[in-house]
Amino acid sequence: MTVIEKTYEADAVEVNHSQSGNHWMDDVTDSAMSSMKNKPGKIWWLIVLLLGAVIVAGVVAWIYQLKHGMGSAGYNDRSFWAVYIADVITFIGVSYGGAVISAILRLTGQSWRAPLTRLAEAMALVTVAIGGAFIFPHLGRPDRFLNIVVYPNFSSPLFWDFMAILTYTVATTIFFYLPLIPDMAFISKMLGEKKKLWQRMFYSSLSFNWLGNEKQKKALHRGLTIISLLIIPLAVSVHSVLSWAFALTSRPGWMETVFPPYFVIAALYSGTAMVVLVVAGFRKGYKLQRFITDRHFTRLGYLMVALGLVYIYLTLADLITEGYTGITTGWIQQTVTGSYAPAFWFYVFAGELLPILVVAIKKTRNATGITIASFFVVISLWVKRLVIVLPPATQPLIAGPWGSYHFTWVSITITLAGVAAIPFLLMIMFRFIPLFSLEDMEEAGELGSIEQVSTHTQILARILKKYVGVEVAAPAKAEMTVQATVEGE
Amino acid sequence: MAENKINRRNFLKIVGATTAAGTVELITYRAYAASGSSPNGWNGTSGVSGSSAASMANTESPTDHQWAMVIDLRNCNGCKACTAACQKAHYLTEDQTWIDVFSMTDSIGRSYFMPRPCMQCENPPCLHVCPVHATFRTDQGVVLVNQGRCIGCRMCMAACPYQARYFNWNAGVNYPSMPIKPTPEMPVPQRLGTVGKCTFCVGNLNDGLLSECAAGCPMGTIYNGDMITDVGVNSMGNTIKLSEFLYENDAVSFKPSQNTHPRVWYILGHGQNLDTDDAS
Repeated sequence: MTVIEKTYEADAVEVNHSQSGNHWMDDVTDSAMSSMKNKPGKIWWLIVLLLGAVIVAGVVAWIYQLKHGMGSAGYNDRSFWAVYIADVITFIGVSYGGAVISAILRLTGQSWRAPLTRLAEAMALVTVAIGGAFIFPHLGRPDRFLNIVVYPNFSSPLFWDFMAILTYTVATTIFFYLPLIPDMAFISKMLGEKKKLWQRMFYSSLSFNWLGNEKQKKALHRGLTIISLLIIPLAVSVHSVLSWAFALTSRPGWMETVFPPYFVIAALYSGTAMVVLVVAGFRKGYKLQRFITDRHFTRLGYLMVALGLVYIYLTLADLITEGYTGITTGWIQQTVTGSYAPAFWFYVFAGELLPILVVAIKKTRNATGITIASFFVVISLWVKRLVIVLPPATQPLIAGPWGSYHFTWVSITITLAGVAAIPFLLMIMFRFIPLFSLEDMEEAGELGSIEQVSTHTQILARILKKYVGVEVAAPAKAEMTVQATVEGE
Repeated sequence: MAENKINRRNFLKIVGATTAAGTVELITYRAYAASGSSPNGWNGTSGVSGSSAASMANTESPTDHQWAMVIDLRNCNGCKACTAACQKAHYLTEDQTWIDVFSMTDSIGRSYFMPRPCMQCENPPCLHVCPVHATFRTDQGVVLVNQGRCIGCRMCMAACPYQARYFNWNAGVNYPSMPIKPTPEMPVPQRLGTVGKCTFCVGNLNDGLLSECAAGCPMGTIYNGDMITDVGVNSMGNTIKLSEFLYENDAVSFKPSQNTHPRVWYILGHGQNLDTDDAS
């Protein structure tokens, strides 16, 4: 196979290039393309059909809801926002995790990211699409959705929500697509003359005449750097604006200054957990243990727990400011001791304490443990979003009893369809594209390692050199640990 | 009432001058009102029709009326006749209490009743958050919903501090067939998946009639008022000089800290603590 020539100066640690080589890349390519080359087995078909059935059920439920009104999803005047807006926030939140983690690891030159980026970016793309789609069941008149464009009100937070989500979706698509270009060209070349018509159309057109020459590589690299830099503030803006749909009302419990960072951190936290879940699923399904090791999981685990600690800190900060003064405490009582207490404490125990313990205890600090913890993080952060949405929405603003929201088969089915759509879309997507970014893997391989530990000063020096053009005397090379190429299992 | 007029003028000036959105809203309302003239006078377009787009932005031109309401809590016995009359006239469901009567407790533990229509705020939060300008404010100071445009996002329900908005959640409500299409002033029948609220019965007012709730109140609790002519009338035939009545009876507005400047005033008289911000 052809190994495209290495040209970037990026992360140019002095490593003998010939150490790595064709053998390594052959293995990588085999594994990366195992989802495409091999015919899908019975289990693949079974899973896809099951997930497909759930999605179809969700569509049926939505049609039912369109016909019978949103009351059929459990909504009423005293709980006017509920599960669908929590779904929107949750799905777009996990998308943010995938995109930003990939972007940050790319910008800081963490080459251990290499086997994770494609999966993380694909997850980001798929979940932002699903999260955006949940706006439709959330609306009473989805048929008039385009009124937002035709009669825009620039003072409405929802208009800016729409703009932010749209911009972010475009950025995520580009972020996913750019590293895919060389892979597409590679596949197109590999298939050679025997490719079918759709393959020729698909791979050739998507590879944009990629030849792999130096000029193209430079352009691609620059494009990736720009989009990696852009996607971080973009994602911050999306979740800040999403939070302002709540925080710009005068409702106690929603009108909170802490909301924008609160939402941003929640997104990163749940997103990291979702990356773990997706990586774990594909690692098991396509036997990628050789490239994705326990070490990847523990690193993501550390990151996740750090974000989790920030999140519970913000939760506490939110509750204590209003709780202590006692001015508008109804929603806090409902959250901590009232009817939403089971959900709130589920988040505290399953979504915060459990992952901390799993990562803290050496015995559970492995792929399995962290995957289970991530599962609970994702679930409990959805529950947490409901706890953020419901108590302030159902509180009486004048007098009288609290409102309540009851799940119905309609809202449950539609939500489950969204959940099922993540693995469904990913499994189908990876029938057509490789599981790894071959470029990233090659780079990691040439660095002689997918395990490169850098101190933060080194990272900073590298960023300064790359993007600002300032040469900073990097710390002694001795601090840099270059570890063994790959860990066997 | 001169003060209120100035407030409103200033407010509209700010809206008109600083955001194109404000102008668009006025224009679209006018276009809507001009095209949808009805035989019953339901449009309530006096003071709006015949203006050109240029003069619309100029909000200095006086209108005939600035509608307001006074609710004298000393008279309310909590019979909810106002709610029933409103629901009958607008063919609403039982849950859609565009004017609701709340049972409240005052600061020394006695209970009293409080009818709550839409406050017709001069600075309406629901209007600011609507992403499609489905909520708009007429030259007569009435906040209305264009249910033909509403996308059903319910952001206005989140923003309203008075819980005054009601959504059409369920299909299968038996609506009457009406001779004319629903208008923002007379949104009958309500449309599935859109939001509705008290319209001040602005069509009635412009025809010289009381609003349905005021007319239906057997106690004369609710006065319809006009800030231009400075007059208020209730179902008992009492006619008041609006500004004097408000001044002499220490009228208050509900939740003034919300900075909404309601066009609905309450007369207390039983030691109520209406201006608190939160349900206790």
